[in-house]
Amino acid sequence: MLTYTIRRLILAVPTLLFISLVIFLIVKLSPSDPTAGLPLTIPPEVREQIRQSLGVNDPVFVQYFKWLKLMVWNEPLHLIESWTGWQVGPEGPRIISYQTRSPVMDLIMQRMPQTLWVVGTSYIVGILIAVPIGVISAYRQYSIFDQVGTFISMLGFSVPTFFTGVLFIVIFAVQLGWFPSVYDTTHVVTDWDSFVVQLKQIIMPVMVLGLYNASQISRFMRASMLDNLNQDYVRTARAKGLTEKVVVLVHVLRNSMIPVVTVIALNVPSVFGGAIITEQVFKVNGIGQLLIIAIQGGDIPVVQTVSFIFAILIVLFNLLADVLYGVLDPRIRYD
Amino acid sequence: MPDGGLASVLDVKDLKTVFRTRRGEVHAVNNVTFHLEAGELLGVVGESGSGKSVTMMSLIGLLPQPPAEIRGGTVRFEGKDLLACTEEELRAVRGARIGFVFQDPMTSLNPVFPVGFQIVEPLRKHMKLSKSKARDRAVELLELVGIPDARRRLDDYPHQFSGGMRQRVMIAIALACDPQVLIADEPTTALDVTIQAQILELIKELRHKLGMAIVWITHDLGVIAGIADRVMVMYGGQVVEQGPVKELFANPKHPYTRMLLETVPSVRGDRVERLRVIQGQPPILAQDPDSCPFRPRCPFAFERCARQNPPRLPVGPGHDAACFWNVDTGAPRDV
Repeated sequence: MLTYTIRRLILAVPTLLFISLVIFLIVKLSPSDPTAGLPLTIPPEVREQIRQSLGVNDPVFVQYFKWLKLMVWNEPLHLIESWTGWQVGPEGPRIISYQTRSPVMDLIMQRMPQTLWVVGTSYIVGILIAVPIGVISAYRQYSIFDQVGTFISMLGFSVPTFFTGVLFIVIFAVQLGWFPSVYDTTHVVTDWDSFVVQLKQIIMPVMVLGLYNASQISRFMRASMLDNLNQDYVRTARAKGLTEKVVVLVHVLRNSMIPVVTVIALNVPSVFGGAIITEQVFKVNGIGQLLIIAIQGGDIPVVQTVSFIFAILIVLFNLLADVLYGVLDPRIRYD
Repeated sequence: MPDGGLASVLDVKDLKTVFRTRRGEVHAVNNVTFHLEAGELLGVVGESGSGKSVTMMSLIGLLPQPPAEIRGGTVRFEGKDLLACTEEELRAVRGARIGFVFQDPMTSLNPVFPVGFQIVEPLRKHMKLSKSKARDRAVELLELVGIPDARRRLDDYPHQFSGGMRQRVMIAIALACDPQVLIADEPTTALDVTIQAQILELIKELRHKLGMAIVWITHDLGVIAGIADRVMVMYGGQVVEQGPVKELFANPKHPYTRMLLETVPSVRGDRVERLRVIQGQPPILAQDPDSCPFRPRCPFAFERCARQNPPRLPVGPGHDAACFWNVDTGAPRDV
């Protein structure tokens, strides 16, 4: 397993290099000028000097390798420095956002907690709702519970989050006034009251995303349970005189979780990326919103960096899913 | 009445199981009556779909209800009527007093748990053994069924065993709590011939060692001839003939049994004739339970067979057949 993991990690390097090249080139293709957002009073020769200093006049491949070096060497060291306080951050340039003129990695690090809180919570809530629903739906197939569950998950799965988000705002924020429609990221939890405020503002985005995630995962869970409930080993377990609880929650569930855990792991990167729209709807200033603002402002370094980080996450969680598969299913051994 | 001897450990009377399907009711088990004496090996023969397995599954509540429904009958076992028992009481019988071995050892074991865990489960549940005691007993059981190096193999997963070895594990599970009755549902069908012979030897040996009664379901007449004390032939959801093994093979009284025995190719002597077959198709069990199920394929069928389902008539000592036709005299029986 260890050698397999190491081999996969080494194989990930060329994959990621290729992805980085594609991302860099595609974003580079878009006609945008890093000085476009600056005041019109700036004379053309000064603009030209700004472009020169940002390096956008260099050949594309020179730009790519400069960016790549910053991305894989300088920025990680800066990250380590900011986390640990060790003086390892190298001298020299960093990847700078055109819009804000601050290092891209700092922007991402500022945005990350909001995204993790809101989207991560919704993912966990989604899983916690989906697994029991999937199990019961499969065990009582075609019962009222199953029918209602199937209906709701079809709905949750097919209605986009920008619709449910706005719908929830209209109902719960505007009509009923229960929850705020805007997520205030500057809010700090210090005591019970501020915790309640935090809870209130996080409920709606978590519900919107949680519904979507739960719908998807509960369908997988149900299908996987149904596959396993008819297996011979279930009959064996019953013939041993085990209670239904043990038969279903030990024997069947353990087998059914194998594909579901894989799906859950594979979807983790979308926790970071997929919430772009929901963050926009609820004004959560997380990674998704950062990406949208960067795209709108032609902020090429931010777009490139955030996209590349998504790519890294996808590759890593693919690997994690494969490893988990091997851990959960004793029949699969990679060595 | 040929059935219901004094020493019988299992006494089944008029068992009736139907399956409810979209196309109406299927009479899978139709007034089946039989008994099992202490320490005897009863062979149950019949082609696929004759109701052999369903009968055995019915009496211990292993059939999913719905679609199955047990319509009537009694199953006396250790002073109780199993059909009147609660699920709780049945669980105390299953795996403890009545053990099961199923057909396909490749799928009958749970792939994600070590075999030790699967053997220990019934021991912990029914015999309330401590963890270490149960493990010791599991080792004992594996040694009993002839698995070498038993203690080390406890932590192996089912896929690390061959088909024959897995079936031995299944037998170990079935024998875990010293059952009074072992129901073996085509335990050798999925195995190749040499392994089949080994398993047969094992069962013969264990039977004498442990003194339990065995119900051996099969469609292989050769296997039955080798190990059974008594044979019960099933066709179309009912028992058509029953008797001591030698008597029944030498002197079959039911046209179906007779034709079934003729279909067995002989390896001795010259090959002179083509293999005999029974013309026609086995019944789809949805038929009318009030006529003889073998009638459409029976060369001796006459008018009464369509009107009345023949009861089991005594034809010799401990031997009965459900047929109005006397195959020896070539005339209808006078009943």
